[in-house]
Amino acid sequence: MFYLSLVADYLKNYMKTRLAYRSDFWIEVLSDLLFNGLNLFFILVVFQHTQQIGEWNEQQILFIYGYFMVPYGIFITFFNLWNFSERYIVKGELDRILTRPAYNLIQLMLENIDPSSLFSALTGFLIMIYSWTQLGIGLTWYDPFVFLLLVAGSIMIYGGIYIFFTSLAFFSDSPTGILPLLWNLQNYGRYPMTIYNKLLGLLLTWALPFGFVGFYPAAYFLDREHWGQFALLTPLVGLVFLTAALFIWNFGIKRYRGAGS
Amino acid sequence: MLSAYLDMIRIRFLMMLAYRVNYYSGIIIYALNIGAYYFLWKAIYGTNEVLGGMTVGQMTTYVAVSWMARAFYFNNLDREIANEIKDGSVAVQFIRPYNYVIVKMMQGFGEGIFRLLLFSTPGMVIVCFLFPVKLPTDPGVWALFLLMLFFSFLINSQINIITGLFAFFLENNEGMMRMKRVAVDLFSGLVVPMSFFPGWAEGLLKLLPFQAITYLPGAVFTGKVAGTAAYQVLGVQLLWFVILIIPLFVLWRSARTRLFVQGG
Repeated sequence: MFYLSLVADYLKNYMKTRLAYRSDFWIEVLSDLLFNGLNLFFILVVFQHTQQIGEWNEQQILFIYGYFMVPYGIFITFFNLWNFSERYIVKGELDRILTRPAYNLIQLMLENIDPSSLFSALTGFLIMIYSWTQLGIGLTWYDPFVFLLLVAGSIMIYGGIYIFFTSLAFFSDSPTGILPLLWNLQNYGRYPMTIYNKLLGLLLTWALPFGFVGFYPAAYFLDREHWGQFALLTPLVGLVFLTAALFIWNFGIKRYRGAGS
Repeated sequence: MLSAYLDMIRIRFLMMLAYRVNYYSGIIIYALNIGAYYFLWKAIYGTNEVLGGMTVGQMTTYVAVSWMARAFYFNNLDREIANEIKDGSVAVQFIRPYNYVIVKMMQGFGEGIFRLLLFSTPGMVIVCFLFPVKLPTDPGVWALFLLMLFFSFLINSQINIITGLFAFFLENNEGMMRMKRVAVDLFSGLVVPMSFFPGWAEGLLKLLPFQAITYLPGAVFTGKVAGTAAYQVLGVQLLWFVILIIPLFVLWRSARTRLFVQGG
């Protein structure tokens, strides 16, 4: 209850700052969509020249891409700690967070909340619906629930990976440039894992499981025979990664002594 | 006067050198991007020999060289200029005895040279080990490519400066800068080579300056365009360089009489 009221208050706060610069909000939404449009455009142009990527056709690739955008859009709404090291550790803003009663990570996430990214998730969802109708795959009564479960799993995987690498800032305050690297790696997730070579496939499945934020869960709906069971690992992998990351984060918070100034 | 401008290149180069650690991870990021597109294109080609007038080998080379070329011509001049206009420090630039636009160009060039030497070159070597990239053997092609790369930089910087100068008129040109970035990545052929676009779009894009940034030098490097056609392509770049001077000049002239400093 306490946390819910916090969310509401932070959202109110967000709206107030946003209403001061109304056009900025829409420009942000528009440019987010444009960046996504770039990838969509790539898919559409490429399929002018070929029928299949690997063994997947255009609508299936679109469906995977649509799925990819849903958990990503939701995750990025709540998680924008890209400059955590500079802002909170080097400048010492973390001290302020730690003196307050709410859990520190939740405060950090709410402070940097960005609801404009939800439009990306919405677009992704619409793309999914569109390709779903084109593909003519059936819809069973439990599919929506499985979908929610898989999206939750994907979000937990994002959370696990990014919280882990953000918490490295507690142990070293020099910039590593690893977050943009991950951001680029995650984009591999929106294409079928089957097109990559073995090493990359293993890396994206078990080490940095970005396969589970796009392709595997989407494949559950596309090809249940082959991928159905494997895709259901998504929430499990998410749980493991998120728990491990939170453990490291809490350990880091305990170690935190401030960076002076 | 010239020596002052040359010094701008040197200073920016040294400035970049001070923060070089970021660039090692940058090389990996570019390698990752190239890798993603390499596997993707391989799967797209499948059993097809030629798509959009390019073989899969040419495509691999094209992707690698386009990204590495991007490291050279890419800069944030638009953002730098917009920030200087917003925080008012552009006023100080006005009273200095040099041309602001040329100074920005030189700073961008210093940055470009830094990335070419410490980023693109080692990056290209690494990428050549990882993926089957076929480098041209003819030194003439290399010379022509390097010349074209220089023009890529000039044209891209011109577009950046024009976008940045719009901050004089728009107060907040954030949206414009972002859209420019998407336009450059998309219409320059970085994401998809021009020859893959449907006919009408390809025709339209040929009338825009963006293709001169990535597609034309990439096409020469991969050998898709060779012989006298290659010189024609260089001519296209030259033409755009000259044409873009006009809006740059006009904007700059009218901007100087319009400046009002926000906050300051």
